[in-house]
Amino acid sequence: MTMKPWVWGWAAAGLAFVVTLMLTSGRGAGELAYAALSFGAFAAIVGLGQMLVITLGPGNVDLSIPACMTLAGTLALKTMGSDPNTAFLGLAVALATGFGVGCVNFLLIWLLRLPPIIATLAASLIYQSLAIWSNRGLRIKPPEGLADFATGRFIGVPNVAWVALILAVVVWVILERAVWGRWLLASGQNARAARLAGIPVEAVRAATYLSVSVFAALAGYLLASFSGGAALNMGAEYLLTSIAVVVIGGSSIAGGNSNVPGVLGAALFMFLVVSMLNSYGAGAGIKSVLTGTIIIAIVIAASTRRSRQ
Amino acid sequence: MSVLERTPVVVLRDAAKHFGPVKALNGVSLSVAPGECLGLVGHNGAGKSTLVNLVNGTFPASSGEVTFPDGTQGVRSVFQELSLCANLSVAENLSIAHPDLKGFGWRGPARAEILASLDQVFPDHGIHPDTEVDQLTIAERQMVEIAIGFAPRGGAARLVILDEPTSSLDEGIARQLLSHVKAFCASGGAIIFISHMLGEIFDVSSRIVVLKDGVVVADRPAAEFDRQGLVDAMGHVAPEGPQTETGRAALGEVVIRAEGLEARRGEIVGLSGLAGHGQAAALARLYLAQTSDWRAGRGARAVFVAGDRPRDGVLPLWSILRNMSVSVLARDAKGGLVDTGAERRLAEVWQKRIGIRTGDLTNPILSLSGGNQQKVLFARALASDASVIVMDDPMRGVDVGTKQDVYAIVRAEAAKGRTFLWYSTETEEVCQCDRVFVFRNGEISAELTGDDITEEKILEASFEMMEAS
Repeated sequence: MTMKPWVWGWAAAGLAFVVTLMLTSGRGAGELAYAALSFGAFAAIVGLGQMLVITLGPGNVDLSIPACMTLAGTLALKTMGSDPNTAFLGLAVALATGFGVGCVNFLLIWLLRLPPIIATLAASLIYQSLAIWSNRGLRIKPPEGLADFATGRFIGVPNVAWVALILAVVVWVILERAVWGRWLLASGQNARAARLAGIPVEAVRAATYLSVSVFAALAGYLLASFSGGAALNMGAEYLLTSIAVVVIGGSSIAGGNSNVPGVLGAALFMFLVVSMLNSYGAGAGIKSVLTGTIIIAIVIAASTRRSRQ
Repeated sequence: MSVLERTPVVVLRDAAKHFGPVKALNGVSLSVAPGECLGLVGHNGAGKSTLVNLVNGTFPASSGEVTFPDGTQGVRSVFQELSLCANLSVAENLSIAHPDLKGFGWRGPARAEILASLDQVFPDHGIHPDTEVDQLTIAERQMVEIAIGFAPRGGAARLVILDEPTSSLDEGIARQLLSHVKAFCASGGAIIFISHMLGEIFDVSSRIVVLKDGVVVADRPAAEFDRQGLVDAMGHVAPEGPQTETGRAALGEVVIRAEGLEARRGEIVGLSGLAGHGQAAALARLYLAQTSDWRAGRGARAVFVAGDRPRDGVLPLWSILRNMSVSVLARDAKGGLVDTGAERRLAEVWQKRIGIRTGDLTNPILSLSGGNQQKVLFARALASDASVIVMDDPMRGVDVGTKQDVYAIVRAEAAKGRTFLWYSTETEEVCQCDRVFVFRNGEISAELTGDDITEEKILEASFEMMEAS
């Protein structure tokens, strides 16, 4: 196996980057890289969570990610109320929100035996309504220090990208080295066989649905801080994105196999392909068509590559 | 007219099949003529399944040739790994293999055809053609698969390949199949019969071919073999007759009492009766009640050895190593991380102890033959510290030599104080147990101990109620 499936996401991201810069003859490379790393970071954080859920096996997916991001961002900013030195309080509120959302999602799936698609989609209507109700149309600015952090850089790389990278390393270690990761991968291949091999499959499932919501809440908190306040539609585009980065990144949609580096590359790619089409002045309709076509093409390229190995 | 004068159904000339560096089949020449029942024997990984796949066209030969003088129509395979679609009915499964059933109103003929075939092979089978396959027991699924193999399907079966057909059938049903095979051959059909049960091979075969490490080591009329000669040709020294009792520990206190079963420390408890009378379900319930969906303690009380490998046992994306270690990860972990050194040492110890044929433990589990996959599942369970080992007909597709090895390991582990709950469709295995519970219609109909454990008593307890009703 010389070519790993995640190479494709990274190669496509690099290509989109170069093609965009060809239009400007290389000017604006720094700005484009900054934007790609920042927005790619949000996609990567939710994508990592979605990857864990998809790894659980067929039928497992979390469609409440956008609503969870919005609710966590809204509640965190409302709590902080632009007061200085409340960043950690806000973070705690956001993560607690994510934890609560994850608990509700899992209880719906486990106790009511709802298919995860239905459970998370229906519950997301409730989370979105809670966000609307608590926000009441106000746009509260994040505390200044937090906003500076969210838009700032460290060694030239956006801080949010560092957060995504650290999270990716943690997830990678868990999947590759930890017992819990093995349990997750086993449950995703064949839940019945995993249970009969002594794996606590329900605990694995619960932890996974909690993780994805906590990740989404973290992304919502950072995104709201980054963009100067929470907006009610701020999570909308992350529904498709979170699933697309998992698939493009080379994780198996059938479960049992996940790919952390691939998610990172795919997250960069998803932003770069849109900005490439933007800089070439493509209209909204063309842009959607081309984005869809490119995603399909890259998934086909990655999967035929894999089946030949 | 002698068998040799007829046009053979299939001829293999120096056929070989290589998977990368693995030589699964290394130059095999043989032919099968109408009216002949070819018994094919050999150890796990000897190349039996590969040979079958060459004949039924699953993959082409790497070199040499496979020819069908009268064409491939009427060449059928009944697979060891069941190949029915679980979400379709029995009749619908027949229609998949029946190209002439199309257009409106195909269901009626499909029902009639599968029912006729089932009635012919397995009288009193009790299977309804509209039942969905996932509602059937594993034995019933095997029966349906066999019946589809023998069904006319717009022509007539000329060569039927039976790969371990009786491994999940109980004695009575297996006997029905064997007599059908004999009748089929007498009427001019050809059979390739693969089995690890040498008794069956001698019963039905007109000719026996022994495979070893991908080559034919013997090909003679069945009458020229005796049991010992056959075992010797396969190249594994299996001790004859019942094992001598060695160092049996006195049975301890009762460690488990559930589902009407009772087992003491160090005891080997057998579950018997006709296949599909609730033994597997009772074992699964018992195991699930002993373990948790939520916690995996360091010392789980019970472990499970699956017989239905694809459904209950094998984790298909993983290597042999990972499949073997999955049940002991938490025990050997350091700070929540897998101890890969300990994992590898454990796997190497068990590879030697139970004889898994592979050059590299990081090969995918699916690269192993069925019997070797089963050994991995044994190793997974025995490597744990669990005091109770639940085995759901685990000897399906395992060769004679390995069976003897596993019996010996089971005896040794029981002597150390582990308790075995062992469901088997083979009465011979059940007779090795200290205590036997016979199941009938989902309930325990008899409990036998000591000298009462005989084939007659088990059969008696299996059938009683059926005769009464």
